[in-house]
Amino acid sequence: MSMNLEDRLNENPELKKQFDELDVYIDEKASQQGSLINVMHRAQEIFGYLPDDVLYYVAKRLNVPRSTVYGVVTFYHFFSRVPKGRHTVSVCLGTACYVRGGSTVYDRVMKTLGIKAGETSQDRRFTLDLVRCVGACGLAPVVVIDKDTYGRMTPDKVVTLLNKYA
Amino acid sequence: METRMLNVKINGRDYQVPDGTTILRAAREYAKIDVPTLCYLEGISEEGACAICVVEIKGARNLQRACLTKVSEGMEVWTNTSRVREARKLNVELLLANHPKDCLTCERSQNCDLRELASELGVREVEFPRTRTEWLPVDNTSLSLVRDPNKCVLCRRCVNVCAKVQSVYAIDIMGRGSNSTVSTFLDEGLGNVECVNCGQCLLVCPTGAITERSEIPDVWKALGDPDKVVVVETAPAVRVAIGEEFGMPDGTQATGKMAAALRSLGFDEVFDTDFSADLTIMEEGFELIGRIKNGGVLPLITSCSPGWVKFAETFFPKVLDHVSTCKSPQQMFGTVTKTYWAEKMGIDPRKIVVVSVMPCTAKKFEKERPEMKTAFHYWQEKLGLKDEEAFKDVDCVLTTREAAKMIREAGIDFASLPDEDFDKPLGESTGAGVIFGATGGVMEAALRTAYEVMTKKSLAKLDFEDVRGLEGIKSADIDIDGTILKVAVANGLGNARVLMEQVQKGESPYHFIEIMCCPGGCLGGGGQPISDNPDIKKKRAEAIYREDAGKPIRKSHENPEIKKIYKDFLGEPNSEKAHHLLHTEYCDRSCE
Repeated sequence: MSMNLEDRLNENPELKKQFDELDVYIDEKASQQGSLINVMHRAQEIFGYLPDDVLYYVAKRLNVPRSTVYGVVTFYHFFSRVPKGRHTVSVCLGTACYVRGGSTVYDRVMKTLGIKAGETSQDRRFTLDLVRCVGACGLAPVVVIDKDTYGRMTPDKVVTLLNKYA
Repeated sequence: METRMLNVKINGRDYQVPDGTTILRAAREYAKIDVPTLCYLEGISEEGACAICVVEIKGARNLQRACLTKVSEGMEVWTNTSRVREARKLNVELLLANHPKDCLTCERSQNCDLRELASELGVREVEFPRTRTEWLPVDNTSLSLVRDPNKCVLCRRCVNVCAKVQSVYAIDIMGRGSNSTVSTFLDEGLGNVECVNCGQCLLVCPTGAITERSEIPDVWKALGDPDKVVVVETAPAVRVAIGEEFGMPDGTQATGKMAAALRSLGFDEVFDTDFSADLTIMEEGFELIGRIKNGGVLPLITSCSPGWVKFAETFFPKVLDHVSTCKSPQQMFGTVTKTYWAEKMGIDPRKIVVVSVMPCTAKKFEKERPEMKTAFHYWQEKLGLKDEEAFKDVDCVLTTREAAKMIREAGIDFASLPDEDFDKPLGESTGAGVIFGATGGVMEAALRTAYEVMTKKSLAKLDFEDVRGLEGIKSADIDIDGTILKVAVANGLGNARVLMEQVQKGESPYHFIEIMCCPGGCLGGGGQPISDNPDIKKKRAEAIYREDAGKPIRKSHENPEIKKIYKDFLGEPNSEKAHHLLHTEYCDRSCE
């Protein structure tokens, strides 16, 4: 897989651009110990997820065993090995949100999008996540879409909200 | 600076132990009290993953792990309170909740640390229901090893030995919490990653989660086939370890009984890999002399150990020209048996089944390498064979453990067998061949021959003490009649890596390097009996050097059958024919 990465980069200028961008960041960080998580973070920002090629590449560039890279990717919930949707919907089911009806909100989102937590809709519009507390308990129940937090959600309100995201 | 001694009380008695000592060591070494452990492996795996070793400390609210907690002045430790016993029992019960309880038929039924622990702690029932809803897939991708994650207790011993001792990092803990498993990069399986098949993980696994890929059924089948001529070869390190499987004392030289047992199993010829070890010395010794004389690539590095060879191919592909082109003794043996011996005996090589008994799991991988079909190519034209009729030089590889299992299955009382000899001609060997089984042995054997060939003088003293012993890296300057030969010996791939980094940078000061994949060399191989004796390698090494000292001939070039094979068949060492049959090539595996 990694063997022909170079060939594929030459054929795909878009992909090449993404790897170049990652390279800039790695050059900055490579000398620092423990830079693996930062690099993976940046890689996910660039690629939207962590494809296998990127895992090979990061291991090689940082001179870290591949098994270590994979261990880190599979440990942290944040890292994803499958492409994410254009928008990430995180429904909070922490204690406060749960007791104020978070699960009815979650059920409605699942029904509307036709996906479960961790999955991405077929049209790649949404990825659904379940989270346990985002630190906005006063606004419970809370839904976070991308970087925006929405409080006092109800099943009906959340559907209207989702419609605003293309 | 002198270490401060601390006063501690363990189970009510007073002890003085050095500052920095863990409670576990204080209990075991000073108080002679055993604290049970599961994940602990001194110097290698000390992470406190299993929490079996918990003890009660006066004044501490919670139980503490004895393997991680260091003693402090005035500490009062209790290792045997009911609270401690209950906690240990509970922790084992939790480990057993998801464990497949197929102990009756498990490979490790006789020597499973988990089963033993459950028994010792008096676990009689497991209150906890299984939480995993499905069985995890077994990793069958490797030619050498099989991993069953269902039996894994996540102790991390295998992960630590692979990383810290071997510096291979093929496996790690993947996932998190109750979904954690020991796995490889992208869960591709051991056969598809940098795993070198050494089996050190198997040796340290406390359960049956890692086992060898068994070839016992294939060997029984061959032995039961009247049309086959089944030949067995035994590696040097097997004879000093196989006795352990039958309750004989550690370090027993069981050479004669092993030969007798294999004959009783029905092998048509009981030969010795030591013969081809002698042959290796001739080829490798002359390769070394040639490279020194002709300004060839130096240091020359030995190539007997297939785990090491795959390690070099994976991590140091740019300097493979340093690795001797000699095949390993196992593979030389297979080739010679199916060419020289077959011709001599007038046996159709297709009828010959070569079985080798090895202290090694990587040998199972080695025999499957596509280039290891030299005898077939030798015969192809002569017999008009088609490509699809290709046969391997070595057909089956049994580990020491598998050979012992077959002997047990056959109902042979190993310990009371009479001592028997190997068959001729491929059972004839020297002390030089025997010491291949210990780290430093190939070096010493090569030096015995290289010295005498280069100087045409006879060595006054055959023992090269500087290259003996279990130290990770040894080096010596050998005076060969005024010429200084700088040599180094590494065992364990972490140590090999140190020497190889020098080679890669062009900074290696040596002429000749011996590398063995496993700690201690083959005697500590991944195919050897699983032992709980911390001095087991020393015991086996002593037996190997005793075996060498007792041999009438101790130099490879003086083996009469070696002289004969060169005279009758191969010509000279490193001749074109020898090159064709006994040498090989390597490939870059850095992208695998």
